[in-house]
Amino acid sequence: MEALDRIFIRIGEAFSTFLAQYLPAPVVTVIGMFLSAIIISTFAALTFMLLTWLERKFVGRMQDRIGPNRVGPFGLLQPIADAIKMFTKELITPAGAHKVVYNLAPILVVAPSLMIFAVIPFGRDMVAADLDVGVLYLIALSSATEVAILMAGWASRNKFSLLGAMRAVAQMLSYEVPLVLILLTLVLMAGSMRLTDLVAVQGVPFAFLQPVAFVIFIVAAAAELNRTPFDIPEAESELVAGYHTEYGGMKFGLFMMAEFIAAFGMAALVTTVFLGGWRPWLIPLPSWLWFLIKTYLVLFVFIWFRGTFPRLRIDQLQAFCWKFLVPVTLLNVIVTGVVVTFVPLVRNGEVVVRGIGGWATVTVVYFAVNVVFALVVAWLYRRPTLQAVQQIQVGQPAGRGLSREVQTA
Amino acid sequence: MKPYAVIGAFLVIGLLLPLMTVMAATLLSPRKPNPIKQDIYECGLKTVGETWVQFKVQYYIYALIFVVFDIEVVFLYPWAVAYNQLGLFALVEMLIFAGILLAGLLYAWRKGALSWV
Repeated sequence: MEALDRIFIRIGEAFSTFLAQYLPAPVVTVIGMFLSAIIISTFAALTFMLLTWLERKFVGRMQDRIGPNRVGPFGLLQPIADAIKMFTKELITPAGAHKVVYNLAPILVVAPSLMIFAVIPFGRDMVAADLDVGVLYLIALSSATEVAILMAGWASRNKFSLLGAMRAVAQMLSYEVPLVLILLTLVLMAGSMRLTDLVAVQGVPFAFLQPVAFVIFIVAAAAELNRTPFDIPEAESELVAGYHTEYGGMKFGLFMMAEFIAAFGMAALVTTVFLGGWRPWLIPLPSWLWFLIKTYLVLFVFIWFRGTFPRLRIDQLQAFCWKFLVPVTLLNVIVTGVVVTFVPLVRNGEVVVRGIGGWATVTVVYFAVNVVFALVVAWLYRRPTLQAVQQIQVGQPAGRGLSREVQTA
Repeated sequence: MKPYAVIGAFLVIGLLLPLMTVMAATLLSPRKPNPIKQDIYECGLKTVGETWVQFKVQYYIYALIFVVFDIEVVFLYPWAVAYNQLGLFALVEMLIFAGILLAGLLYAWRKGALSWV
């Protein structure tokens, strides 16, 4: 088990020692860095292909139909068929589009998505770049994607693309605030921005210590990725196809690639900071296998959202973000700050919680505080919630409650 | 220094991978431009009016409020990292800071800056 756990590290070390016989040490390091980047990027691209197949199959089953099943056994070769299609379609550039910006945008939208994986710990001691400001780096990357989307929408010389890009950026910008505030809460508990430290502190996964923040993070992550129910910018019935209307062939393929790779990266982030990263849950399996299992679980939740929820309107999602998520996450930071003073997890860089009893106390305290917090929030927002419920009840289909007077909401 | 070098490697590969893909696509795809294909899409009609239109000012307001909260977060991150080495003073000071910002959000809310229309 130990050998299986460290198999990738052993392969890397064997390769470096092999190269060190022929090349000087700095060159070997640089080659090692580029090779790790290439391998992780290829792994991300392969996961993208698997994800497109998974999503279509799962959403199909949720909609009571089989997904693709023609192209290979169970439709497994469908992504390859899609890739061949993307490569051979004509790259039509609209007349009057700004050539440089138009061509740069798909490339610049993929780069930040791939760079997410530089700081994620894939297993025990398996992180490409152990940055001490890992969390801050990840936040900066999501802002970089927004610039590329704006470039794509503006350079297409299409009103719908411009509006779609503006809406996409407004949405991603707005939902970054709760995302960042929740990561702040976790950094507060762990006392460090390094992702490996965040995994090391999680004797109990943070999903149990901060359940409210966990749910809000998943919702805000779905909004950040422009996935249903927040996919106004790219849904087919809205604004044509938003910022990638005027892109054909592989350039459109790159936008899809960026979105799915960002989804994988965001799921990996949720796994790292909320579900305990590569730490095993009861059954002993290699650490990188646990990481993959947990990430695919989170991805399944994202796909489940897509198959279940209707789309939110742009004003609904903006109101939800600024009027609900931002105050709640800000209050969560304050409440966590108070609780961490009395029940700290870390002191001077060392985990101070000892044994099952210590972790049980910590879990109960934080969970109880979160339950109270959720109840207080529900009470603070009681009037808008009741109003929304009433609106839904008034809009009942005909044939039910015909005796009730229909009021305008 | 080493982690940033790895990130540099990731940036280079992250830019190279899509670049190679697009170049492969330009080699493999046909290229037969004609004015009808290159028309801007507007639901099948001819484009009406200037393309780079004036858009809602609400986007700008959301960006402004985002900047305020982003700066707040930039101040809160060092506080969060150093929190367990600071005393009660840090907690009270941060409570006042977050309270001021919450009041700002409430002001923006009441003034209607957060509503879409």
